[in-house]
Amino acid sequence: MSKYHKTVADKAAKTCYHCGEVCVEEIIPYDDKSFCCTGCKLVYDVLLENDLCNYYAIENNPGGTQRNVSTRGNRFDYLSDEEIIRKLLDFQNETESHVTFTIPLIHCASCIWLLENLHQLHDGVISGRVDFLKKTVHVKFNHQRISLRDLVLLLSHIGYEPTINLADVENKRARPIDRKLIYKLAVAGFCFGNMMFFSLPEYFSEAELLGDGFRGLFNYLNVGLALPVFFYSATDYYRSAWIALKNRTVNMDVPIVIGIFALFFFSLYEIFIVGQEGYMDTLGGLLFFLLIGKIYQQKTFDTLSFDRDYKAYFPVAVTRVKQGAEEVIPLTKLQVGDIIRVRHEELIPSDSILIEGEASIDYSFVTGEEVPVNKKQGELVYAGGRQKGNPITLTVQKSPSQGYLTDLWNNEAFEKKEDSSLESLATRISGKFTVTVLMIALAALVYWSYTDVALGVRAFTAVLIITCPCALAMSTPFTLGNTLRIFGQGKFYLKNPQVIERMAKVDTVVFDKTGTLTDPSAASITYQGEPLTLQTKAIVKSLVNNSTHPLSNRINSWLEGVHLERLDKIEEIKGKGLVGLYKGQEIRLGSADFTGAETNGQTGGNQVFLAVEGSVLGCFSIQSGLRPGIAQVVQKMGKDRDVHFLSGDHDHERVHLQGVFGPDVTMNFNQSPLQKLDYLKKLRQAGRQCVMIGDGLNDAGALRESRVGVALTTQASNFSPASDAIMDATALTNLPTYLDFAKTSRKIIKASFGLSFTYNAVGVFFAVQGLVSPLFCAILMPLSSISVVVFTTITTNYIAYTMGLKKKII
Amino acid sequence: MEVIFILIGISIVMASSFLWLFIRAMRSGQYDDTYTPSIRILFDQKVKTKEKEVPSTKSK
Repeated sequence: MSKYHKTVADKAAKTCYHCGEVCVEEIIPYDDKSFCCTGCKLVYDVLLENDLCNYYAIENNPGGTQRNVSTRGNRFDYLSDEEIIRKLLDFQNETESHVTFTIPLIHCASCIWLLENLHQLHDGVISGRVDFLKKTVHVKFNHQRISLRDLVLLLSHIGYEPTINLADVENKRARPIDRKLIYKLAVAGFCFGNMMFFSLPEYFSEAELLGDGFRGLFNYLNVGLALPVFFYSATDYYRSAWIALKNRTVNMDVPIVIGIFALFFFSLYEIFIVGQEGYMDTLGGLLFFLLIGKIYQQKTFDTLSFDRDYKAYFPVAVTRVKQGAEEVIPLTKLQVGDIIRVRHEELIPSDSILIEGEASIDYSFVTGEEVPVNKKQGELVYAGGRQKGNPITLTVQKSPSQGYLTDLWNNEAFEKKEDSSLESLATRISGKFTVTVLMIALAALVYWSYTDVALGVRAFTAVLIITCPCALAMSTPFTLGNTLRIFGQGKFYLKNPQVIERMAKVDTVVFDKTGTLTDPSAASITYQGEPLTLQTKAIVKSLVNNSTHPLSNRINSWLEGVHLERLDKIEEIKGKGLVGLYKGQEIRLGSADFTGAETNGQTGGNQVFLAVEGSVLGCFSIQSGLRPGIAQVVQKMGKDRDVHFLSGDHDHERVHLQGVFGPDVTMNFNQSPLQKLDYLKKLRQAGRQCVMIGDGLNDAGALRESRVGVALTTQASNFSPASDAIMDATALTNLPTYLDFAKTSRKIIKASFGLSFTYNAVGVFFAVQGLVSPLFCAILMPLSSISVVVFTTITTNYIAYTMGLKKKII
Repeated sequence: MEVIFILIGISIVMASSFLWLFIRAMRSGQYDDTYTPSIRILFDQKVKTKEKEVPSTKSK
């Protein structure tokens, strides 16, 4: 028991009170609490001073680590620029300004509490309002007391630095939320409910009892209630059907509109001319159910953004050096020839030439490979990389919108609209459906007209009314909506339901290699040189333990279980390696020229050398390992689909990969972003339906050109290039199942079409005989809709359960 | 039975006012974020221990 308490206490002492991370480098005791870094301590200090320590009471260790946060004071200077302020603010009058920040760190109740109590930190802040799901905070502040720049500084002081990027500045985010559909549904629901109410006596022939006065009143009320449904709620269908007819096609909405018109005008005729009850309640019900289906399909993943281009992660401002002095200017004002300075963890905004300093650039956003690339003076540095280490100075060669990488966005692939050559299943069927219905209706008209013209007209309209494709129109949105939700639970987020139909037709799978097939954490490490003793291992482990460099992390996890040795001095030289003192001996771990080793000309993977007192002991070769389970995934998919690899790397791994994945896989190495795009274009021209899986910005073109572009990411809320779908890296092994399930959902749609055809057949059987009554309509219509909804919901969920995509059936 | 005319009038007025209230609530953004308020409601209204002048929202 006491032992247990001791370990808990130990743990508490070693984790940071602010961020909850284990304190590795140093423990800063302060106010009876321990902190992992001065950053975390400072945040605590600020909160303590302002009596906001409730922050720590709501959740344990709610903060984010402050270890790698830049503390340079002038990095927000660009927020003093009038133009930028104007673009960022949502609203401004003489005293008040409103602004919405995106803060990715928002993750718990404490975050909400703190950000909504900002006014206690600074009296210029009027209020803060958090939208947890969107990870935004809407701040109202008095700009005479606190400037926008100071507000952002304040937020970053308490650890909640907002992300402000080029996209925020260039096009205002204020996209009004589309609530129209909900209004339409509300109106339809209101009218439907009331019409049912007034039609009830008719259903049970009670109207005679009430007398003609009531009957007339009820019918006129129904007409009055049908007007908003006909002229407001149904307008989307008119528009869509009209566009389809103008393009000489027939989509699902055409038969719906025919049905709506038949219902409305025939009811008007019945009520005003014949003096009967009409079908207005059925019209209301039809629109109500249709709109529910439409809303169900519109599942959106608010926190994810599927349309991001390079602007969404380029910085708003850069540090320009002019006549020896630094100034922070908006990126839009950056010109070719300017000299810029890029600091640790800052992004290189445009293709530039390195003129001073040592560049160690992390291109993980671009290529997915997180090991930094070293560049020498005079070399061209492409935009999109993140500098690690000391500040570097560069001369701008191209404007940010015209770099090597951003050129992709000028490609025609980004200009064309979503093409509709691949028409959906529902569209194809509805064409035939409409023609068939019209034929039957006409046949009924002609047949009865020989004996009784009035009966012929009644049969004609009855067919149009009863075959109104309500159930038909419901099956697609509900099946796809369910599939979308099931995928979402499996961390596979689709942009919209149409992607599912495209997925179902996929016959070719294209993978990006780096970061997609390979996984940094699955790196394989081989050591060559003098054998390592346990003691040397311990020394190496202690060295790498102190570094956040990706290669250090990999060696660290390779040496798992090795105990730590106490070193006298440890220093990390950014971009070069680590140096430590052990019993007076200098231990170096790092690149070849840092340790004095000779490169053996081997290019495969990354190499880290170990040297003691200047003599090289050996070398760690680190090769990016494959994601666990990926070989089976590729083999499974290779059975009925073609698999291609595209890689920006050299082809030294070709033999290895071919061995793992089998001979049927087509591999292409040394592919530039544009070549990747062209490759997909060629496949498309060859009539292939491709799904492309990539992760970096360099895949953006290929993702765009493919039928279904899947962006793979380790954290769904993080950056991912524009795509049709975003997939969590852990879900990649499920990809074959997802593709199969997309096919299955097509089958479910077909099956539910069959079901609704049965209803229609029954309805038509009565309709052609002129036997359709309003009561019959009022029962059959909701019954068919609801049963189709129940059928699709149960089958999709059940099949997902049997395929292992869901743990519970419902 | 004529009372039904009045009742119908009342019922329509009531139902329409519910529709109007719903649309008004929707328009004011009450349904935009359905998650955060569920957390917000659990926060304690803390009484200020430190004497600090209450900031006025109006500029002087």
